[in-house]
Amino acid sequence: MNFGNILLMMFSAILVENFIFAKFYGCCPFLGVSEKPDTALGMGMAVTFVMTVSGAVTWAVYEYLLVPFGLEYLQTVAFILVIAALVQFIEMFLRKFIPALYSALGIYLPLITTNCAVLSAALLAVQKSYSFIEAVCFGFSAALGFTLAITVFAGVRSRMQNADPPRAFKGFPLTLITAGLLAMAFSCFSGVKL
Amino acid sequence: MQISDVLIPVGIFAALGVLFGIVLAVASKVFAVKVDERVPQIIDCLPGANCGGCGYSGCAALAEAIVKGEASPNACNAGSAEGIRRIGEIMGIAVSDPIPVHAQVKCMGTCHTATFKYRYEGAQDCIAAERMGGGDKLCANGCIGLGTCVAACKYDAIAIVDGVAVVDTTKCIGCGACAAICPKKLIVMLPAQSKYSVLCRSVENGATTRKYCKAGCIGCRICEKNCPAGAVTVDNFVASIDQNKCTGCGICAEKCPRKIIHRID
Repeated sequence: MNFGNILLMMFSAILVENFIFAKFYGCCPFLGVSEKPDTALGMGMAVTFVMTVSGAVTWAVYEYLLVPFGLEYLQTVAFILVIAALVQFIEMFLRKFIPALYSALGIYLPLITTNCAVLSAALLAVQKSYSFIEAVCFGFSAALGFTLAITVFAGVRSRMQNADPPRAFKGFPLTLITAGLLAMAFSCFSGVKL
Repeated sequence: MQISDVLIPVGIFAALGVLFGIVLAVASKVFAVKVDERVPQIIDCLPGANCGGCGYSGCAALAEAIVKGEASPNACNAGSAEGIRRIGEIMGIAVSDPIPVHAQVKCMGTCHTATFKYRYEGAQDCIAAERMGGGDKLCANGCIGLGTCVAACKYDAIAIVDGVAVVDTTKCIGCGACAAICPKKLIVMLPAQSKYSVLCRSVENGATTRKYCKAGCIGCRICEKNCPAGAVTVDNFVASIDQNKCTGCGICAEKCPRKIIHRID
């Protein structure tokens, strides 16, 4: 796969196969942490950070530990273990050496430990038999798509906070309807020929 | 199927688990961050209401800022004098007693005195109403009266009476949360010993203010001319009282033709 193909793969992961709107991964933080654009962006940045690093680590674990022993069928368990430990480690590392980044991402990092978007990025990279560079790029761009989706959604939600909908729609129902409309808007990207 | 098909995966995963456990245990020792012991001590001295009046996200955030030297030990308006003195002791700096302040809503444009330009039926929130042409009152500086400040007050010290917010100074501890959230910036923090205050912020000229509100300052300067202490000034068609010069004689309130200068205690 050359450089152009990697760019195409990244574009596809961000828009066409957006993790939230096309694949419905990571809906929990998408609905839970999207009340304010600031916190949504913080969550998106934390996810981007973790998905990129975990993309690299899980690829190495799969290639050098699972494949030699013929344990591919245990990839899900292995990836959960690796990602959970990795997130804990990153949290401690950041707190010690990059306090500014820790205070920006800190509260969101533990939330991502077992996020299905992070896990699925690792699993999909294996499924599509990506190389190391591709796996890292895939994790990064899929997380960018997640960040884009959650930030746009938080922007819409903050505008809706002062709206006065019928009582039956107030709060969560309206949030879900908005998410559905946004997903429909994003579905137009599926027409892009790559 | 051989027994090794089970034992090898179990062994590998057990080893992985132990390895990660050891790495995390070591990391938690190596990367341990010393928390300044003064932070929890200062948190104990703060009221713990997390009102946000100091500008930080809560009491813990303020305590950290005080330890770092970013905030002064008396930054908490809601804190008791005793608590602030103890914070000064912990930090080893002399702290002057804070001047107690109360919130004051600078508007008297009630449902009966103010003129309305339309009937507002949207969300019951001042910030939302402010977006609809600045609220339903003709006066652009009038209290919208939908109670965003009431919701912001953690101490139940502010209420909407006749379409205008009114502060209960016996309950108000001067945290400033209402002043920060008011979209009209109508709420000011006055020193608690203040005697008189002008309850209007209308900067329109006299004729316009007369049309907008029966309780608006028309900038007639009668208060300014009659104040023996020179504490009242009229600027931009609205009177204001310099609380440092005010002696509390009350002549301005007596002479005011619009009756908008009020005694506040």
